[in-house]
Amino acid sequence: MTRHVTRPRLIAASFGLLALVIFAVPPGSATPPVERRVEIDATQFEFAPGRIVVNRGDHVTIHLTASDVVHGFYLDGYGFEQRVEPGVAQELAFVADRAGKFRYRCAVPCGPLHPFMIGELVVNANTPYWRAIGVVFSAAAGMLIFLWQAGKTESLEENTHETQPRF
Amino acid sequence: MLNQGRIDLLERMPPLKRVLKARAFQPAMMLLTLAVFTLAILAGLAGTPAGNRNFGIVFVWIVWWALLIAVLVPFFGRLWCTVCPIPAPGEWLQRRAIVQRRPGRLWTRGLRWPRRLKNIWLQNLGFLGVALFSTIILTRPNVSAWVLLSFLLAGVVLSALYRNRVFCRYVCPVGGFIGLYSMLAPVELRVADPDVCVAHKTKDCLTGNEFGYGCPWMTYPGSLQRNAACGLCFECLKTCPKNNIVLNLRAPGGDLLVADERRLDEAYKAFIMLGCALLYSAVLLGPWGWLKAWANMHTLPHWGLYALGFVVLNLAILPGTFGAAVWLARRIARQPQPLRRLIVDYAYALIPLGLAAWIAFTFGFVLVNGSYALAALSDPFGWGWDLFGTASTPWTPLGESVLPFLQVGVLTAGLLFALHTTYKIARQNSAQHRAAFLATLPISGFAVLITLGFLRLYLG
Ligand code: SF4
Ligand code: SF4
Ligand SMILES: [Cu+2]
Repeated sequence: MTRHVTRPRLIAASFGLLALVIFAVPPGSATPPVERRVEIDATQFEFAPGRIVVNRGDHVTIHLTASDVVHGFYLDGYGFEQRVEPGVAQELAFVADRAGKFRYRCAVPCGPLHPFMIGELVVNANTPYWRAIGVVFSAAAGMLIFLWQAGKTESLEENTHETQPRF
Repeated sequence: MLNQGRIDLLERMPPLKRVLKARAFQPAMMLLTLAVFTLAILAGLAGTPAGNRNFGIVFVWIVWWALLIAVLVPFFGRLWCTVCPIPAPGEWLQRRAIVQRRPGRLWTRGLRWPRRLKNIWLQNLGFLGVALFSTIILTRPNVSAWVLLSFLLAGVVLSALYRNRVFCRYVCPVGGFIGLYSMLAPVELRVADPDVCVAHKTKDCLTGNEFGYGCPWMTYPGSLQRNAACGLCFECLKTCPKNNIVLNLRAPGGDLLVADERRLDEAYKAFIMLGCALLYSAVLLGPWGWLKAWANMHTLPHWGLYALGFVVLNLAILPGTFGAAVWLARRIARQPQPLRRLIVDYAYALIPLGLAAWIAFTFGFVLVNGSYALAALSDPFGWGWDLFGTASTPWTPLGESVLPFLQVGVLTAGLLFALHTTYKIARQNSAQHRAAFLATLPISGFAVLITLGFLRLYLG
């Protein structure tokens, strides 16, 4: 009987907590946007550097080179694609207006590991990441609260049935 | 009651029962998958070495893999084993028949499978072995084809030496993890009433009769409590004269709570699978070129280091850290059971997290590379064919903007499932709620930590 009262309230409470955490995270920091020039070199099967960190709003110019075979550059989330041949540098300019982590991938088959030739652009503040952490923590907390409460009522029921422990 | 809260699908859906009882059903499915499998092997051996243009790579490691890990296993358990082509030649040879049941003994040497191997350790080792070379296997069509071919040959050889599907049950590296994760599926094959089995003298499901063979998986349906050892071949559905076999729709995860069937080999399978998902996410989807080069056997010593790290992480670091969490749980909850026993018990809580991690990892490359399937379908060998007019489909990454949401959602669901299971297992070891709850905390901490590790790799 008691369960009918506690369960919905608990679930509501944990979801409330969840929502709070997710939306209370401030969207983006107040760092003023700057011009950024990044040099990326593509070789089999990596981009150097493999990780670029910028702030949201930054004007990013990527100077792209390839030093062994023909490669490509495709940026997740921003959706642009550029082919790059050895000896011919390419410039890509864009405004990093979306926060989060976006992978750049080779877009021209260049050998066996081509599908895994991946680098990452992190646009700070990385709100999706912090929100995901918030989701995981509040979900775990919600589950533990639920287990604590539900188990408490269950132990009353079970004690009356004299359940046996396993050993 | 055994089947309480369950819905028997066979009773609800008579056409389904008719299909599954038909002798032609399984062989027909196997012939179909065998045809695709043969094409994959041929394409791997004779087709282009460019993996993303080769049917052997694209259909096995993108299409089949995604279907298996994100659909078949989580929703239907061992259903892949129903239709899997790998044991088909061996099984048909053993039976000297494909569809009809041929009376008489199986055509095999009938050796005894060693007792010490009646577990999934071989499957654990096999999976680790394949995993060490996975960067090569996943990207080289000819290597991939030889691996598939060797599975097929192993199936034939083992069925010539041993009775039944020894390969599936004890050897196949894929079968091992399908069995582990099938325990989470919302379907199960069981008997309607175990007492009927006890009373049934001839046990046709074990011996076989004119309607079908004895269980090829060497499983006795009458005592089935978990999905792990039932290959869903539906022979027992055909042979059981008491109409006692049911196919239930059920709440997922109950199999993890079957305390008396928990074993160290399965616990290790749970560690290995979770560890491999973490490592694959870092090696294949991460930004570290040197790590990829090591995994890719750029030089042998580097690969050796990589292999060593891989094995140590899977067999020592991950189980060790988990063991420390269990040690803490045992202490604060004052659980009297031996530590080793508790480690095995609680390891089953990692099974839902592991499956979620594999699904999240799979989303990470399948959505982006799924478009290769269209091209490979029209030009399986990469020879410039255009069978369906899709050969020149360009690489079109899909869903990159929903990907993080999918991954976080799946991982969170897996984590919640894991915490819930942890408490249930703790409750089996401590009758008192308070103690069980305390024991849940350190293990939950471990699961949260692992989940955060995945978040860091995918989003951070
Ligand atoms: S044949 Fe049917 S009733 Fe007999 S033991 Fe097997 S499942 Fe049970
Ligand atoms: S228990 Fe039945 S369905 Fe499962 S493997 Fe054995 S014969 Fe096949
Ligand atoms: Cu490239």
